[in-house]
Amino acid sequence: MLAGARAASISQSELENHDVIKERVLHGLLFASACVAVLGLVLIFAFVAVRGVPIFAKAGVVQMLSSTDWSPMDGRFGILSFIVGSFAVTVGALLLGAPLAVGAAIFLSEIASPRVRSIVKPAVELLAGIPSVVYGFFGVIVVVPQVRALLGGSGFGLVSGCIVLAVMIVPTIAAISEDAISSVPRGFREGSAAMGATQWQTIKNVVLPAARTGIVDAVVLGMGRAVGETMAVLMVLGNAPVIPRGPSDPASTLTSIIILDMPYASGDHQTALFGIGLVLLLLSMSFVAAIRILSRSRKAR
Amino acid sequence: MSKRLANNIAISVLWVAAASTVFVLAWLLAYVVVKGLPALSWSFVTQWPTGVTASGGIFPTIVATVYVTAVGFVLVIPVAIGAAVYLAEYAASGRFVNVIRFAADSLASVPSIVFGLFGLAFFVYALGFKFSMLSGGLALSLMMLPLVMRTTEEAIRAVPQGYRLGSYGLGGSKWQTVRRVVLPAAAPRIATGIILAMGRAAGETAVVMFTAGMAINAPIFLTDPGRTMTSHLYVLAMEGISVKNAFGTALLLVGMILSFNLFARWMAGRRG
Repeated sequence: MLAGARAASISQSELENHDVIKERVLHGLLFASACVAVLGLVLIFAFVAVRGVPIFAKAGVVQMLSSTDWSPMDGRFGILSFIVGSFAVTVGALLLGAPLAVGAAIFLSEIASPRVRSIVKPAVELLAGIPSVVYGFFGVIVVVPQVRALLGGSGFGLVSGCIVLAVMIVPTIAAISEDAISSVPRGFREGSAAMGATQWQTIKNVVLPAARTGIVDAVVLGMGRAVGETMAVLMVLGNAPVIPRGPSDPASTLTSIIILDMPYASGDHQTALFGIGLVLLLLSMSFVAAIRILSRSRKAR
Repeated sequence: MSKRLANNIAISVLWVAAASTVFVLAWLLAYVVVKGLPALSWSFVTQWPTGVTASGGIFPTIVATVYVTAVGFVLVIPVAIGAAVYLAEYAASGRFVNVIRFAADSLASVPSIVFGLFGLAFFVYALGFKFSMLSGGLALSLMMLPLVMRTTEEAIRAVPQGYRLGSYGLGGSKWQTVRRVVLPAAAPRIATGIILAMGRAAGETAVVMFTAGMAINAPIFLTDPGRTMTSHLYVLAMEGISVKNAFGTALLLVGMILSFNLFARWMAGRRG
């Protein structure tokens, strides 16, 4: 709306001719910069797909997605066990981590004194920046031996994977949920308190419903992070290409198999790893689409 | 159950949730610090790894981490700021702007391993950059792009409209207004976003493993490969060859990234 007014107020004759050209060139450059994000995404899709699609053509999409037989040396590329592995650690990590994170967020927003909040909230946010390989290392040194002592076996497996991943996603979910909860207008709480509700009744019946959509976004974001996480999971999961039968069994995920096999893979084997990358890419895109659709349907209401 | 009792129980549960969250995270941090400190010494940061890379220092991996992060930083800044200026100042809202936003959101959610695969297929193989600081920096810059774009755009939008009108009133052109008025006013917040993105890039493992390589090398030229601290920590931890050096590397890495983030926070706080 302002652009029109500007164009009118600065007529071309007032500017030197080369200034006009300069403005046009700069406009073009800025536009080109904005296109880089689109170009990057297209290139990522194109190159991962070009390298990965041939394996689906060769081994068959249904065959690959429904078989657990991963013997790349013998030309068998079933990736079902990796899909199940990714799904299992993600769900496990969410079951462990999300209640903890949302509980911590409610505490910070509703119960903690401003002083406690001003220390704990930045600390939690800072921890979201710790590299995943450090979480993985912590898992190998601390979590795995504890799990081994409690459940037996090697300690490398689903349980350790879920615990490490849960610790990793807690800061992300907690920080975003806290933003959502503390942005609920103060008057809502005062109204509830004036009706004689206890603090918990206010939280449960007023604050949480009002902040629900923000909390759901935070959990979906944590879920996306968990599915795409590579290093931390790879380091504690035991990496057996089978469907885990029990909670302490080793497993593999879509991400971990790529890192593990890529250094020595060639031919169809490498193509298959790119194919797995394509599956991951489609999964992450569907998360973005899901959030967009959620927020659009919210606006529509 | 009376509502008082229910209230007390629920509040206690929330206390426990918050306390255990803080406890776990504090434990992790304290553990890395306590176990890592004995490994740190001057020679640890200045000497090369010896033996089966297990003893000695980690000097080349520090150089590679700083190098590859710096390359990503240099590459992402003009593009991300240009894109943000376009979105905030030039673009009329419409279909194309939506496409750019969707692309940026999607890029932000692409798993790091996929950036690694793409870097391997495109920069390393197709463009022939091999395993190098250039390949690694390019892949990292693409990963940082959506984050820097978003924070920069928010920073630019937060500049009061009066600043722009004042500049136009003095006869400033659009670009003069952006360069002399809007960008300087938004600079602290833009810098905060860039530093946060650098912290993420420095802590990235899967991307650099497939693009910068795993060779222990102190890179000098853009075409040189090098193993970063994150990749080195992965190797040390998985092969279990030197827990002491692994702790030292982990502590340095965490220290580096936390100071990036603290610095970013300090900058964000300074603008008041």
